[in-house]
Amino acid sequence: MQKHVATIAIFAGIILLVLCAQFHILDQYYISVLMFMGVNVILASSLNLVNGYMGEFSCGHGGFMCVGAYVSSICTVLMFSKNHILGAPLLPPQFAFIGFPLALVAGSAASSVAGLVVAIPSFKTRGDYLAIITLAANYIVISAINNMEIIGGPRGFMGMSATERAMQSMLDIPWVLIFVLLGTVFTVWLLRRFVSSTLGKGVPAICQDEIAAEIMSVDTNRMKLIAFMLSSGLAGLAGGLYAQVLGYVNPQSFDIMRSTEVMVMVYLGGMGSLSGAAIAAILYTVLMEALRFLDVWKWVVIPLLLILLMQFRPEGIMGNKELSDLFPKLRKYYSFK
Amino acid sequence: MKRMTVKILFAVLALSLGAFALIGCGKDSDTIKVGFNLELTGDIPKVGEASKFAAEMLKEDINSKGGLEVGGKKYKLEFIYQDNEAKAESAVNAALKLINQDGVVAIVGPNSSKQAIPAGATCNDNQVVMVTPWSTNPDTTKDRPWVFRACFLDPFQGPVAVNFAAKQFGAKTAAVIFDIANDYSKGLAEIFKTEWEKKSGAGTVVGFESHGTKDQDFSAQLTKIIAAKPDFIFIPDDYNQVALIVKQAHDLGYKGPFMGSDAWGSAELMTLCGKDCIGQFFSTHYAAAGAQGATKEFIDRFNAKYKYVPDDVAALTWDATRLVLQAIQGAGKVDKDIKTERKLVRDALANIKEFAGITGNMKFAGTGDPQKCAVVVQISPEGKFEFKESVCPE
Repeated sequence: MQKHVATIAIFAGIILLVLCAQFHILDQYYISVLMFMGVNVILASSLNLVNGYMGEFSCGHGGFMCVGAYVSSICTVLMFSKNHILGAPLLPPQFAFIGFPLALVAGSAASSVAGLVVAIPSFKTRGDYLAIITLAANYIVISAINNMEIIGGPRGFMGMSATERAMQSMLDIPWVLIFVLLGTVFTVWLLRRFVSSTLGKGVPAICQDEIAAEIMSVDTNRMKLIAFMLSSGLAGLAGGLYAQVLGYVNPQSFDIMRSTEVMVMVYLGGMGSLSGAAIAAILYTVLMEALRFLDVWKWVVIPLLLILLMQFRPEGIMGNKELSDLFPKLRKYYSFK
Repeated sequence: MKRMTVKILFAVLALSLGAFALIGCGKDSDTIKVGFNLELTGDIPKVGEASKFAAEMLKEDINSKGGLEVGGKKYKLEFIYQDNEAKAESAVNAALKLINQDGVVAIVGPNSSKQAIPAGATCNDNQVVMVTPWSTNPDTTKDRPWVFRACFLDPFQGPVAVNFAAKQFGAKTAAVIFDIANDYSKGLAEIFKTEWEKKSGAGTVVGFESHGTKDQDFSAQLTKIIAAKPDFIFIPDDYNQVALIVKQAHDLGYKGPFMGSDAWGSAELMTLCGKDCIGQFFSTHYAAAGAQGATKEFIDRFNAKYKYVPDDVAALTWDATRLVLQAIQGAGKVDKDIKTERKLVRDALANIKEFAGITGNMKFAGTGDPQKCAVVVQISPEGKFEFKESVCPE
């Protein structure tokens, strides 16, 4: 029984937050910050798989997020809103709460396929060269979308909010918040399961020594393929949720600045620490909002905090430890390894 | 020791979460709050800064006279500025913060369409008036009864450039160079092309070349354009790229005229471009040189206070804010309940049919988009933007 405390606590927390949103105990602003927090946790923890556990240097996470955002947005718009491509919506609004998760899955699948662009060259290169390739992948995605007139090109793509309205016409609860929270928990759970599985142990093995890992029968190519595709697929999930929260996507929102932001979160939390990445993503989002009153000075304070942190704790908030390593008593309360 | 550091870090994290939850609150019944959602940092900080300066000037004006008179009582104005970092999600958060935490009556901004479209959706869903000074994308106000703007749209500016160039240069053929990753530039380039071909026949746009946002070298595109021998080149681009394009075209031997759009109208253009831009024309919202009446007064005061000639964003923010203030006055009273007050303001704003702004007279015909005149200016040898012609919609 004790082993399930953590799981129960997480789901109780989700229900509590949803109730707070439903009865307006937390206003729209906090809910919006909370949703972007969830998106950032997904982004940071998925990039952590590649940059942290595998020790590669991928800086094109924004590109995969972009693919996911566009593919799932196009799916939801085709299914549930009036659009200039097909005209009338394909499905009646009753199907929205089945259609929306399917659209998210489609977005994730598309971005994991896009992840191959990075995975295949990674068989041969690492370090700086791989960084350049990932950077290029980011640019390719953005230029491709800029040149696709049918989805709005640089003007961006909108119409996703009709899906939310369709879901709410069935049952008036904060659907998007629920999906963001579930997506976040799913991501952390999946990554935790993956890196602690026998198969997933190959990922840190590549980080330590690729040749030794190869000799010890780790199929490094296959491992890289899995890690990159998983990481970019989850980035696509984050993109799909982000698009739904915002109701509008624009290729410039996913440029190199976005990728850098995610990298900052990973290195702030500590490479190779899942809880570190999640904590850093939460902290980063909160700082961004809480320091709004500083106005322009915010951009002096936040970088300064980062420099100070790197000065006094160069391994990031958590280093490569997990929350359960620091507070061993926590282990009693959860069962997944 | 190590563990201590981690615990301290956690304490800081918990404290910042707590502090974050406590920010906000406070209400005063003798003030009216207007929110500003501006690009103070990020890609276009000058735009946000100009907006903020114009708004500050207007606030001082009104507060020094005792406040804004609504229904026989004077209320002090409080302007709250939120930085949206020129990012879409930050613009949404800024709008929600202004609406829910600061309890503003209406919002001015964001300026650029990338932020104004999602922020407009947020304001419309939360039933708060939003007036964007500068966003020219039709989607910003489309199907949104709570969202308004103070500038003309690109589908109007395109034909202005076409007609003016045909008349002024006696041109038969045109060429266009534009930024493919910039929605404004690309949209305007396409509108221009359709309009020009409608006027002069198919195939008269002899060059239609694109470039990327941070490109520095345009010789490949320009060589192609110059080889096609157009009568003039249309450049719907941001001022920093305009400077490079015009210079490089001259270096490649191009002698003909250029025509530009409102994005040229920055105080920085002449510092970057120098003598190459002298004599060129562009369409814009207002002409600073040779302005008269209220416009001149605004320019002189702005110049005296902030030491530069205000560009169109500053003037449009001035108009957008005055539009909001007029609507607040038009509401007739300040309701205790913020939701009713916002509804009153929106109804009053929708009722404004004509508005005399410093960027020209605006007419609203049931939508959030004004009908107003565009001006074409010529760059004088002193680097001033001189009024050449005013073009009004029929």
